Amino acid sequence: MSLYSKILSVPLTLVPRKIINQQNDVTIVQKGIEKKIKKLFGGSLAIREVDTGSTNACEQELMALTNTYYDIERFGIHFVASPRHADMLMVTGPVSRNMAEALKKTYEATPDPKIVVAVGDDAIDGGIFKGSYAVLDGVHNVIPVNFQIPGDPPSAMTILSSLLYILNIIDDKSDQKKQ
Amino acid sequence: MSIFIIILKLILLPTLSPLCVGIVRKVKAYMQNRRGAGIFQPYYDLWKLFHKDEVIARDASWIFYLTPFLLFGLSILLPLGIPLLGSIESLSFFGDFIITIYLLATMTFFIALSGLDVGSAFGGFGSSREMTIAALTEGTLLFSFLPIALVTHTTNVILMATTASGLPFFNYLPFVIAFMGFFIALMAETGRIPFDNPSTHLELTMIHEAMILEYSGKRLALIEWANANKFIFFIILGVNLFFP
Amino acid sequence: MQNLFFTSLLVLTGGSIISLIVQRDTKLSYVSSVFSMFGSLLALIFSIGALITQSTLTTTLPTSFPMFNISLHIDPLAAFFILIVSLIALPASLYGIVYMKQYAIEYNLGVFGFFYNIFLISLLLVITAHNALYFLFVWEIMSLSSLFLVIFENKKLQIIKSGFIYFIMTHAATAFILLSFLLLFQFTGSFDFETIKQHFASIPFVIQTIIFLCMIIGFGTKAGIVPFHIWLPWAHSAAPSHVSSLMSGVMIKIGIFMLFKMFLDILPQTPLWLGYVVLIIGAVSSILGVLYALSEHDIKRLLAYHSIENIGIILLGLGSGLIFIALKQPSLAMLAITAGLFHTLNHAVFKSLLFLGAGSVISQTHTRNIEEYGGLIKLMPYTAIFFLVGAVAISGLPPFNGFVSEWLTFQSLFSGIATSSILIKSIFIFGAACLTFTGGLAAACFVKAFGITFLARSRSIESEKATEVSPLLLISMGTLAVLCLTLGVFSFFVITNIQLIVKSLSLFASKTSSLSSTGISLQVNQNVAHLNMPVIFLVMAVFIALSFGLVYIVSRKQKVVLRTVWDCGFNALSPKMEITATGFSRTLILIFRGIFQPSKQHEIEYVDADIRYFSKSKTVTLGIVNIYEAYLYYPLHNGLSIISKQIRKIQSGNVNQYLLYIFILLLGLLIFARY
Repeated sequence: MSLYSKILSVPLTLVPRKIINQQNDVTIVQKGIEKKIKKLFGGSLAIREVDTGSTNACEQELMALTNTYYDIERFGIHFVASPRHADMLMVTGPVSRNMAEALKKTYEATPDPKIVVAVGDDAIDGGIFKGSYAVLDGVHNVIPVNFQIPGDPPSAMTILSSLLYILNIIDDKSDQKKQ
Repeated sequence: MSIFIIILKLILLPTLSPLCVGIVRKVKAYMQNRRGAGIFQPYYDLWKLFHKDEVIARDASWIFYLTPFLLFGLSILLPLGIPLLGSIESLSFFGDFIITIYLLATMTFFIALSGLDVGSAFGGFGSSREMTIAALTEGTLLFSFLPIALVTHTTNVILMATTASGLPFFNYLPFVIAFMGFFIALMAETGRIPFDNPSTHLELTMIHEAMILEYSGKRLALIEWANANKFIFFIILGVNLFFP
Repeated sequence: MQNLFFTSLLVLTGGSIISLIVQRDTKLSYVSSVFSMFGSLLALIFSIGALITQSTLTTTLPTSFPMFNISLHIDPLAAFFILIVSLIALPASLYGIVYMKQYAIEYNLGVFGFFYNIFLISLLLVITAHNALYFLFVWEIMSLSSLFLVIFENKKLQIIKSGFIYFIMTHAATAFILLSFLLLFQFTGSFDFETIKQHFASIPFVIQTIIFLCMIIGFGTKAGIVPFHIWLPWAHSAAPSHVSSLMSGVMIKIGIFMLFKMFLDILPQTPLWLGYVVLIIGAVSSILGVLYALSEHDIKRLLAYHSIENIGIILLGLGSGLIFIALKQPSLAMLAITAGLFHTLNHAVFKSLLFLGAGSVISQTHTRNIEEYGGLIKLMPYTAIFFLVGAVAISGLPPFNGFVSEWLTFQSLFSGIATSSILIKSIFIFGAACLTFTGGLAAACFVKAFGITFLARSRSIESEKATEVSPLLLISMGTLAVLCLTLGVFSFFVITNIQLIVKSLSLFASKTSSLSSTGISLQVNQNVAHLNMPVIFLVMAVFIALSFGLVYIVSRKQKVVLRTVWDCGFNALSPKMEITATGFSRTLILIFRGIFQPSKQHEIEYVDADIRYFSKSKTVTLGIVNIYEAYLYYPLHNGLSIISKQIRKIQSGNVNQYLLYIFILLLGLLIFARY
């Protein structure tokens, strides 16, 4: 019984949409994605996160997206366990040599149409590990990347608004933030 | 009249089942003090999955390819045998509860086989856990129907519901006890907590999801839809039979 | 009509003699199989004719021995069982033509053909025997010929041991049967079944009880009821596969046939407690059979334990029938007995199909261990489909025949639960609970058996080299598979005929049955329940096709890409990482650990035994206690050994002691003669 009364008594702590919309930081790599794919994923998106040797900071931010403050599920986005079920791959970490093969296999195991997002400075170009012998300096050296979200780590708010921006992104011709 | 009801059931139930799943998820979200996706979210999920390509393992055999269609076909076949709108039906060619339970068993059999098919360890242990639970809940389900069958002297579910609504009040004690058994079997068969967690993403805790880890695209959509159909089938069966 | 039966017997005899003559000639090794095929075809035609005309044939040939008449009596029940025998013998013999070629080098195929044909002859004769002494004579021939078939591969020690257990158990069974017949003779004065039938009522109650118990033990051991079943897994896994299918599909049905014949025909006033006993034995057999099947990973032992389970289901039908007869409800009794008879037919068909499939797999991979199979569905596609049909049928899933007979058994049990006495109700509830558990556990076991054998990737080098078997084997398996589906879909037709057979028993001569088939559906008691198999089959097919069509329309633009298995990016996913049969059933074994008492032993071998840091090898042994062997047979065996050791002291080899015995005996005789 106390469980049910808790629902009524605890105040809602969700971040409203207005605040999210103001804080995005995403950059488009190459041509982004086609319009019909945006239409396809506008209502429902399944994300698989791949950690290719990161400092886990980005993972913590990604996990924070599912709590009751950000609640990414209300936008139709959810995290899945298998790349076969996924539409978007969020890759974090500079790609260490051991994980390069695994990342490639994950990419191949995801069905088309798919989106690849590199999250965090490490994934974009190696970040603080740039130039090390153990990493391959960025996801774009292994698999084709569609979007990048910079930051070390990007805050959960940034990731959330960037995701919404990706899904609602208007056509390349009118609003470009090309790299 | 009967054809109309068949077509109504055939179209209505698969259409409503994702809504049912959506409502359950919404309630779960409210209990976690967040808002969650809308109740129509499963429709968007299914639509998106139907428009995606599929990636299938090379080791998969025809059982892997065939199972989703079999599952979906059987799951829209099942509601034909149960009373939908109280006691309006007179169509009872199909309604024996033993055949209902064994059709459910056929569905479980084939999805367990498809879990074993691709040869990944996850699918294998998912099948093992699923068959363990299914072997034991089949008996529970059968025995939960039995008191009502004995009281109404028939094993046909539609006739059971029709007759049950005409019984005097004090006959209802077996219904209450039978419903408790049916409820446990419902939780087990549809994969709800405490038997299985449908929203887990840890393979260690999966049962049903472990078997479908290899599916993608339209086949995944069919299996998810078939699961939702099974869920709404159980709910309607429970409501119509035990609360006449 | 009679001539047809005798012709078939003659053909089989000819086959046996000819196969002895052409012993070592491997090119003519198929001759015996051809003769057995032809003979069983003739017997099949004869039995169908006898069933259509519903006639009873009786022939008596007196011999020079008193009381030993060769009397044949073929009533519709016997004709039904002759139908089952020949229906299974036909594909099995066809299978044997090619299958035996792998034994041609080491063993003598002529001897095999001889015993095989003799086995078929004895099966046919046992069903038709109507004189107790003649019956025992033919029963013994059946046991011995099947024994020699079981130990055919006599160069392997394990097979000889299996044959030995079979030999002991079957002769213990014969002893009990002999005891019951002797008691019958003493009280009715004749060995002839007809005379016994007329005079049975005059036997005192205690003797009747003893006779019934001896018959249950004797015929039940042959049928494979718990706890007398221990010979079954050994014998059925040792024999060549088509002999296993004959034994499992047909020979254990002979035990069932004699139980049906005795309790329903020859000794009709069976008391109520007999029905209880048969029902409880059936329920316990089915549950324990399927539980032990779960723990097996030798494919033929697994199938043998499933035979025990299905015999349990048949006995559930027979037991409820006997209870209904004693409760003076003949219409429900007819329903129950029809269920038992139909399940006999169904089990014969799908069990032989499964054994033939297992034989094909074994002949290609040269091992019986499921753990070494895998991936065979790509290499042996047709065998896989036929085995799948058998697996789906034995799990009782619609629209195959296993479902219909389980449905009928359920209906008879439910009708029993609806009776008024608490004791009877609880016995029926126990039976129904065991039946539901059996259905679920059998499905789980066959997911394991089919899945690990055929699906995923090969788990050993041998199974990678398997290829599809020759067309003759596929034809024999295919006919049985098609028969499974036909018996399921057209069950109304078969049930109508079985009802006629049941009606022909004198017990039910003028009664109507609860079960009736109107049009194409089966009905129990007008609206208690009905089942319409052809419609269900059609509807299932239509809906599956419908789902195909709809999905194709919606997503025809989507491609299907083939990649490797999702292995979380790990590079070297080997077949050893797939699930094993042991792992699959471990959960269920742990759930039922009260029965199994599973044990786990760790053995570690260290590189350096003094400093136990690095281990060289570790062995984990998972064991299961077979409760019959532990609690019934070993104590019995130990007790008998102790007693016989004590008795051996009498024979001490000391001449003086023997003189003492003679002296005491003489003294005793003199005193006895005095009085």
